[in-house]
Amino acid sequence: MASLQGFGGNCRSDGFLFHPTSTADLHEVADLALQSGRKIALRGSARSYGDPAQAAEAFVLDLSQWNQILDWNPETGVLVAEPGVTLEQIWRLTLPDGYWPPVVSGTMRPTLAGALAMNIHGKNAADAGTLGEWVDRIDVWSPRGTHILLPDDPDFANVISGAGLLGVITQVTLRMKRVPSGEVDVKSLHAADWAGQFAAFAEEEGADYRVSWIDAFGQGRGHFHSAHYAEDGRKDRAQDLPSRILGLWPKAWVWPILRLLNTRGGMRSLNSVKALGAKFADNKVHRQGLVEFQFLLDYVPNWQRAYGADGLLQFQPFVPKDHAREVFQALLADAADARMEPFLAVMKRHRADKLNWLFSYALDGYSLALDFKVQPASGDQQKDLLRRMTERVLDAGGRFYFAKDSVLSPSEVQRYLGEATLARYHEAKTRLDPNGLFTSDLARRLGLEIRTP
Amino acid sequence: MNVWRHVIIIGATSGLGAELAKLLAAEGARVAVMGRREDKLNELAATSPDNILPFWHDVTDLESVPDLFAQATQALGGLDLLIYAAGVMPEVELDEFDTSKDALMMDTNVTGAMAWCNLAATRFQSVGKGTIVGIGSVAGDRGRRGQPGYNASKAALATYLEALRNRLDRQGVTVVTIKPGPLATEMTAHLDQSKMMPVEQAAQKCLGKMTRPGEHYLKITHRLIFAVIRLIPGAIFRRLKL
Ligand SMILES: Cc1cc2nc3c(=O)[nH]c(=O)nc-3n(C[C@H](O)[C@H](O)[C@H](O)COP(=O)(O)OP(=O)(O)OC[C@H]3O[C@@H](n4cnc5c(N)ncnc54)[C@H](O)[C@@H]3O)c2cc1C
Ligand SMILES: NC(=O)c1ccc[n+]([C@@H]2O[C@H](COP(=O)([O-])OP(=O)(O)OC[C@H]3O[C@@H](n4cnc5c(N)ncnc54)[C@H](OP(=O)(O)O)[C@@H]3O)[C@@H](O)[C@H]2O)c1
Repeated sequence: MASLQGFGGNCRSDGFLFHPTSTADLHEVADLALQSGRKIALRGSARSYGDPAQAAEAFVLDLSQWNQILDWNPETGVLVAEPGVTLEQIWRLTLPDGYWPPVVSGTMRPTLAGALAMNIHGKNAADAGTLGEWVDRIDVWSPRGTHILLPDDPDFANVISGAGLLGVITQVTLRMKRVPSGEVDVKSLHAADWAGQFAAFAEEEGADYRVSWIDAFGQGRGHFHSAHYAEDGRKDRAQDLPSRILGLWPKAWVWPILRLLNTRGGMRSLNSVKALGAKFADNKVHRQGLVEFQFLLDYVPNWQRAYGADGLLQFQPFVPKDHAREVFQALLADAADARMEPFLAVMKRHRADKLNWLFSYALDGYSLALDFKVQPASGDQQKDLLRRMTERVLDAGGRFYFAKDSVLSPSEVQRYLGEATLARYHEAKTRLDPNGLFTSDLARRLGLEIRTP
Repeated sequence: MNVWRHVIIIGATSGLGAELAKLLAAEGARVAVMGRREDKLNELAATSPDNILPFWHDVTDLESVPDLFAQATQALGGLDLLIYAAGVMPEVELDEFDTSKDALMMDTNVTGAMAWCNLAATRFQSVGKGTIVGIGSVAGDRGRRGQPGYNASKAALATYLEALRNRLDRQGVTVVTIKPGPLATEMTAHLDQSKMMPVEQAAQKCLGKMTRPGEHYLKITHRLIFAVIRLIPGAIFRRLKL
């Protein structure tokens, strides 16, 4: 038995941990679960912020050790891999051949199956969409056997994005993206306010990647980055992240220092310093390694620990483009009124999905990822704030993302997904998992667990 | 502040166990309560239907413990606190030596506690956290004329829990022994209860002590008195009427 939590460290539960590495293992564990009346939860690298990769008292199947790359063809750019293969394993193999994963998250640790169960997006979301669009085939296991799902099968779009509730992805065939080099040209723009942020996204429309950091203590001011693949960049650039910051301090020292700063005052100052830095960098272009650009958050190991024992939670609303500015502005005003500003805020551009994903979150608009320090001492104040913010997003036709969620309630999910999607989920769930074997703390929290005899 | 979310109490149909169940449920914990008297179980569950889950159980049926432990933890959705409060103290005359009464006390007060605490210990050691509380008694501090079997059972329980504490402390698990003095409960109904501590007060005090590993008395005077009593040489103790 093990005590398990997500990346945010804001909710723990105890489960019986297994590390299957074959379908035979899955059969064995599932038999045991059915016999003992236990449920099963699936877990990758547990890089989701909240509670989707754990379930109290259940058998938790950590698939991260089922991690062989089965085939890589640099001619076609097609990769076949087991579920626990990480984004890091993939780029290390394919980048020397001139290929990069078509979609990556801000960390390289996620497993391929975990990334598909949530259907992750990257800083190129407005262009490349979500990772599922780049998949040619998945093999999905349930106690009734293994099914091969191709994109034209309706269950393909149910299992990808299905939050691990419909079966175990045991193999993935992924189309990789050809890149001219291992480098990108990164342009910095200083945004003085919200208008500046949206202008920067518009101005850099043609870039390969776009992302902006926002000072949650200032009226939308921040630091926008766009990046283009460097046509004349180095193909053999050493991509490893340096082990020392500025060549001086070991990175392992950083989170304890950040922890000291992890108060409203400390973070206000840190954000201001960063905003000031943006002014100096305005309109400058510099060349960076792809890894360094994409996985900035992996730079500081265990940075999430700076948030202390109660952890952090991320709130990432997706808002249609016509409402994004007013909603984002209002959300940060709500937080400021409550004196509970998020310590980190990141904005991205998205487009609507091309496939009809089950738990889809993308839309033609923007997302704003807000990292809050969890404050149990505030009583219900923080919860009330998040309720108000959720309400605002839903009123504007906005959506949410289970990989980042720790706060939604069943009624809020009903509004976000709509009756039709929930009906579709229940149909697929009762068909693919009639015993209701697969669950998670997230599913229980959101009323997505089905009760069975 | 420690927030208990998932609790098992063995011996919760009356007295201290029942009172602890009510207090913890009122604080928002889900509590699995166990005992043999079904009517009392249901009465207790009715006081907080969402938070109190009743389970029929006789601790002398050791074989049933592992399954019940699994059932209860699953129904609770976890476990952070196990309280062993079950205990019996049959009346014993000053000239009576009754092996079956002694065996019942050892089975209920000691072996049953081991069966439950061992399971909790196994689980808590693997997750690196959790609290085990055993209700001992000041009666375990010395062997006295009135209750040889009961004294022995509470001494055994305290020594067993001390050993658990020494094993598990370094694994992040808190093991607590609470040693109440006389309490006005069913166990002492045949005695004069006018000077005994009310059970509601005892339960409140227990809650306050459960976060600190070690042995705790409920009254500071007991701590002092029993420190002295433990030091009285046997030759003198034999002559006292204690
Ligand atoms: C610093 C940081 C930055 C991030 N940036 C981004 C970002 O930019 N964009 C983005 O989209 N996300 C981002 N994320 C979130 C992360 O990419 C997703 O949560 C991703 O799903 C994590 O993958 P994982 O392997 O850790 O899966 P886990 O978190 O372990 O699990 C995620 C889900 O996958 C399910 N699952 C796991 N294995 C399987 C399987 N074999 N079959 C079926 N279901 C399975 C689990 O049940 C769970 O529901 C970020 C996270 C962090 C910590
Ligand atoms: N009262 C005192 O003066 C005093 C002083 C110090 C310590 N203690 C200790 O405090 C604890 C609680 O006692 P109390 O004073 O609250 O007395 P109580 O009201 O008699 O409670 C005893 C509890 O133990 C349960 N129990 C007894 N035998 C059991 C069995 N075979 N299986 C399952 N449960 C059993 C009883 O439930 P069922 O009968 O329904 O099974 C009841 O819930 C005991 O350990 C006792 O030794 C009491």
